Amino acid sequence: MRGAKCAGCLSKIENGVKAISGIENARLNLSTGRFTADWADTKFDPRQIVQTIVDLGYGAIPFQSQIGNSLQDKEAQNLLLAMTVAGVAMMFVMMFSQPIWMAAIYGEMGEGTRTLFHWLSALVALPAGLYAGMPFFSSAYNSLKKGHTNMDVPISLALILTAALSVYSTAKHGEHAFFDAIVMLEFFLLIGRYLDHRLRQKSRIAAQELMALQAVTAQRIGANGEATSVAVSNIAPNDLLIILPGDRIPVDGIVETGTSQADFSMINGETAPVLIGVGQKLLAGVLNLSGSITLRASAKSDDSFLAEIARLIEAGEQSKSQYVRLADKAAAAYVPLVHGAALLTFLGWLVVGGGFEQAIWNACAVLIITCPCALGLAVPAVQVVASGRLFKAGILVKSGDALERLAAVTHIVFDKTGVLTSGQPKWTNRAEIANEVIEIAVGLARASRHPLARALARAIGPGPAITGANEVPGYGIEATIGGNLVRMGRAEWVGASQTTSNESELWFKNGGATAIRFSFEDSLRADTIATITAIKAMGIKVEVLSGDKLEVVEKTAKEAGIAEFRGAQSPFEKAARLDELANNGAKVMMVGDGLNDAPALARAFVSMAPGAAADASQSAADLVFQGEKLDAVREAIVVGRLSKQRVLENFWFSAIYNLVTVPLAVLGMVTPPIAAIAMSSSSIIVSLNALRLHRYK
Amino acid sequence: MESIIYLVPIAFGVAIVALVAFYWTIKSRQYEDPKGDAERILMENDDRPL
Repeated sequence: MRGAKCAGCLSKIENGVKAISGIENARLNLSTGRFTADWADTKFDPRQIVQTIVDLGYGAIPFQSQIGNSLQDKEAQNLLLAMTVAGVAMMFVMMFSQPIWMAAIYGEMGEGTRTLFHWLSALVALPAGLYAGMPFFSSAYNSLKKGHTNMDVPISLALILTAALSVYSTAKHGEHAFFDAIVMLEFFLLIGRYLDHRLRQKSRIAAQELMALQAVTAQRIGANGEATSVAVSNIAPNDLLIILPGDRIPVDGIVETGTSQADFSMINGETAPVLIGVGQKLLAGVLNLSGSITLRASAKSDDSFLAEIARLIEAGEQSKSQYVRLADKAAAAYVPLVHGAALLTFLGWLVVGGGFEQAIWNACAVLIITCPCALGLAVPAVQVVASGRLFKAGILVKSGDALERLAAVTHIVFDKTGVLTSGQPKWTNRAEIANEVIEIAVGLARASRHPLARALARAIGPGPAITGANEVPGYGIEATIGGNLVRMGRAEWVGASQTTSNESELWFKNGGATAIRFSFEDSLRADTIATITAIKAMGIKVEVLSGDKLEVVEKTAKEAGIAEFRGAQSPFEKAARLDELANNGAKVMMVGDGLNDAPALARAFVSMAPGAAADASQSAADLVFQGEKLDAVREAIVVGRLSKQRVLENFWFSAIYNLVTVPLAVLGMVTPPIAAIAMSSSSIIVSLNALRLHRYK
Repeated sequence: MESIIYLVPIAFGVAIVALVAFYWTIKSRQYEDPKGDAERILMENDDRPL
């Protein structure tokens, strides 16, 4: 569902659809923007629903069913439940542990009561620990089966050994049992797991939704001359398609009838509309602007320009997945170190003559006290806080490791149109034109769909449109005002003395008066210059890669203060330039919006697209920013760098913490209260450190 | 000390009730559309939960 944002929309859409006869239930999920309706009649035509929604003023796009199924996020539910079980059990066991610890100081509890309390703890901690530990046990088992270890192996080992030893000690009426440590360890680790999973899931859904948006339909004219709606993937060569104003060309083809103007910005980055007529070859992705045309398909959707771009994006994404995340690097170092320390402790105590029981107790203490909690939280906590801060600034982070990659950026490559510039034409010669002319021209412009006319209407603001205006596709708009024929559009059509018409101007002629030129320009975003200056001050090199003509690119780049620029670049050349930079050791961030940028976005070390970008570009980019401000690019890098700093601080803290606690554990001085305090305090400190990210500029 | 005989089972009972209640909230998909649910409470018509 597009455009549904509030409670009003919710009830309007649901009630509107429910009112259709045959509909049994209709429900809109406002968080995901997904709408479902149920009906029993097999002959029911779902197009009725879409029509109703469109009539209500919203947009609906079909959702791919295989994506819909995978969205029922079972894993998040299981993690959340495991975390709750561990949390409840932790508090519960603590209720029994507390009296035992107090009694150890004041000596008021008999051995029988202590053993009873230990057994009660076991009654809670063992089943809860078994259930909540399943995510770790199964992951450890899977990785051992494949012949390597991961972080979950020492964790599982510590959990199982601790449980076994605690039961053994309780049976012998021993003084210490670590039942609280088992569930506490699981609880803190599961918080980290859950946060991490949520973040990844969120980014996966964002990516899938963007892909789903591409599953559009087209209007095909059948043998009987009737138009039916078909999925783009079902279009065959030689099919005749009808393309209405505002539609995107679904597959490559040749114009059969009609004239119009089209926006080629997806293909070459140029925003100025281009006149198209019969016989013109159009590539998929071109946007039809003013008139309706029929198109003879010349390729299947798999063979069209769009599909070629999609394949390039996929290839680029594969190259990106080779990045090793910081957390995985830390885990790779952590596992052998902890195992080694525990083994040495065990052997050491055997050699010293502490006995088997003592040796395994202390080895176990090493496993449990070496901060897996702090380590498990160090990265996800920071990433959740960082993506929350970016979200507030209107920046959507699609993957956790994108944040890490942001921190390493050394070069930023910008697209010109829609990134450095606002991507919308602005009227530039207002001072040259008399007010009474503007008044009539704007009335005419308000009645038109042409992008330049809209820019003119936008510049003046809302007001009445001229009634009875006639839009001539590909030429302009005309109306009769006070007996005079008034025309606005291409120079030769309105009858200007100049016959060659520039695509960034509109001509206006009122009856017999001389024609007047309205010129437009796609200008820089308001904060482009400031942002480029700030980015350069951060020691990052900046470059422009554009599909537009070289002299236009040069002018914009110079204005924005960028010395390095290339024009007339094809999508393939853009991707190649990024590879060239990467081969020279640069970590390149690509910021682009057009479909022509999508391969480069996928190829780049990290990439960002504005919210107004093509769907494919948004799904290829790691980050998407909303709003008018290019400053989002700077903010993203600042947050990326800060979060890397926080993660490293957390790792350092964990290392220092280990330096203090591991010797204690090795020497056999860790008692249950010490383990509990050490574990919870280290987790809290790591989380608090992550929260500091909110404040720093 | 005899009070433990009552208090411990009561504590177990309360914890299990809380856990079951939480389990129910997950199963009845109460965390899937937080934005929509926040708005639905303001709707006049009888909007039954899923």
